[in-house]
Amino acid sequence: MQSRPLMILLLGVALVAPMFIYPVFLAKILCFALFASAFNLLLGFAGLLSFGHAVFLGTGGYVTGWLMINSGLTPEIAIIAGTLSGGLLGAVFGKLAVKREGIYFAMVTLALAQLVFFLYLQAPFTGGEDGMQGVPRGQVFGLIDLSDNQTMYYFVLAIFVAGFWMIHRTVHSPFGQVMKAIRENESRATSLGYDVNQYKWIAFIISAALSALAGATKTLVFELASLTDVHWHMSGEVILMTLVGGVGTIFGPLVGAGVIVSMQNYLSGGELGNYLHIIMGAVFIICVLSFRSGIVGQLQKFRRNNF
Amino acid sequence: MATFLGINLFALFGQLLVGLINGSFYALLSLGLAIIFGLLKIINFAQGAMYMLGAFLALLGLKYLGLNYWAALIIVPLAVSVFGVLIQRFLIRPIANEDHLYSLLLTFGLALMMQGIFTHLFGSSGQSYATPDALKGGMRLPFMYLPNYRAWIIVVSILVCFSTWWMIEKTKLGVYLRAGTENPQLLQAFGINVPLIVTLTFGFGVALAGLAGVMAAPIYSVSPDMGSNILIIVFAIVVIGGMGSIGGAILTGLGMGLVEGLTKYFYPEASATIIFLVMVIVLMLKPAGLFGKTA
Repeated sequence: MQSRPLMILLLGVALVAPMFIYPVFLAKILCFALFASAFNLLLGFAGLLSFGHAVFLGTGGYVTGWLMINSGLTPEIAIIAGTLSGGLLGAVFGKLAVKREGIYFAMVTLALAQLVFFLYLQAPFTGGEDGMQGVPRGQVFGLIDLSDNQTMYYFVLAIFVAGFWMIHRTVHSPFGQVMKAIRENESRATSLGYDVNQYKWIAFIISAALSALAGATKTLVFELASLTDVHWHMSGEVILMTLVGGVGTIFGPLVGAGVIVSMQNYLSGGELGNYLHIIMGAVFIICVLSFRSGIVGQLQKFRRNNF
Repeated sequence: MATFLGINLFALFGQLLVGLINGSFYALLSLGLAIIFGLLKIINFAQGAMYMLGAFLALLGLKYLGLNYWAALIIVPLAVSVFGVLIQRFLIRPIANEDHLYSLLLTFGLALMMQGIFTHLFGSSGQSYATPDALKGGMRLPFMYLPNYRAWIIVVSILVCFSTWWMIEKTKLGVYLRAGTENPQLLQAFGINVPLIVTLTFGFGVALAGLAGVMAAPIYSVSPDMGSNILIIVFAIVVIGGMGSIGGAILTGLGMGLVEGLTKYFYPEASATIIFLVMVIVLMLKPAGLFGKTA
């Protein structure tokens, strides 16, 4: 595996990075990198464009936040519960969505996500427009206090590595090969005897659960779960991250998340804050028109052509 | 108060009227989506933004150019259509041979940008547009009060929908359109300029959204996010009806408006979600949609 040295190098960078950069910002990037990687599992490797992935991010966040506030459970249990609830919701939505293909799949996922958005807006436990505030970070295993940002960052890094490893394993497993076969030629996969919808469904569940994991972790980092994470804008953002980084590449979503989160952070601090959505829309259009393979995809092409 | 079996007819008919109005807009928007889908095989995510653009152009035209409602009804859809033609020609056509998901993402980016620009210029709060004088007032019917403007919306949108259907099913232009939907290469081989037809179709599809926007301006507040809110509902409607037939898109739009109106009367808490719930049920029972051919 050629990417192994690169992974070790990146891990090394991630371990020392909080000495130079604000840990909460880094943790945010890691959460979105995990979210985008989970989304890319579906788009890049199974060829399914979901326009409602924010709902899994948000659900993971709400469930974990609610448990941390009301149950006194330790954070790792709350995060696992959040992940499972995202997976469960993914099982229901996936079952419905895989009945349709292509653009219908995109519309179905968007509409289902909007349905849940309205439910969360009305439901008493989410805090509606105000969101769920003051979520305690708690102590992992009842031992490690997460209130320190540095400690929190390393906890997030551990979760990210676990999630990323799982995606990496899925992509390189026999299951992942079948997923790619479906992406490339669905009818042929069917003719070879694979139950295509079953494979898509399982991929959807894994992707939803990992997105919820990202949301659950993000809630702990920011001590907040809000409707922003469920809004369709967020579903658009994760598509943009994946697109900018490179659809269907292992490292693309990481790079994309880093670029977009940094851009948002930089812009929202300065005069250009008001132009954020305009700029995001423009980046979308430019990427689609002339940069379809994304940053990592371009680098891979460059390497193939020159080395 | 007129009641029947414990139902307050006055309130029920009022909600059904609101439902029919919403349904008129759903029908216009999903009709535009279906026409564009037929030839371009993409869903125009910017359809909601075009609707918003139509409403804003009407508002700004009145404010700065003294363009009245009647003139706006003609000029604004044309302007939106020209904008759409430029978008199709210079942004969508270059990537028409790529995976259709890219065109979809392009229109999504465009929608984000347009919404962002209008939010930046006019803020996110809604603005109001005065009902034209000729359509003020209303009629008192046995069980309800029918404001003239609302009656006008229903009549115009049904007329527009029906004449579009007629044009596609019965005219020469419609024949080209349907032939292009079936087999663009063959049509091109007959010497028809297919790329031109595709561009004009896109222009016509978004013009319908622009027209809906002008008509919506006096009854809904004109705000940058008006388009995205309605568009997601229209997507659910398109999934319910399927995009196989033009008539199906119109009927599903009107029908879902009525369903929403009924829900507002019987169980208001679910009125925001009912159409999505119908979509879930349709997906379970008839995945191709009510009027769809195959999945």
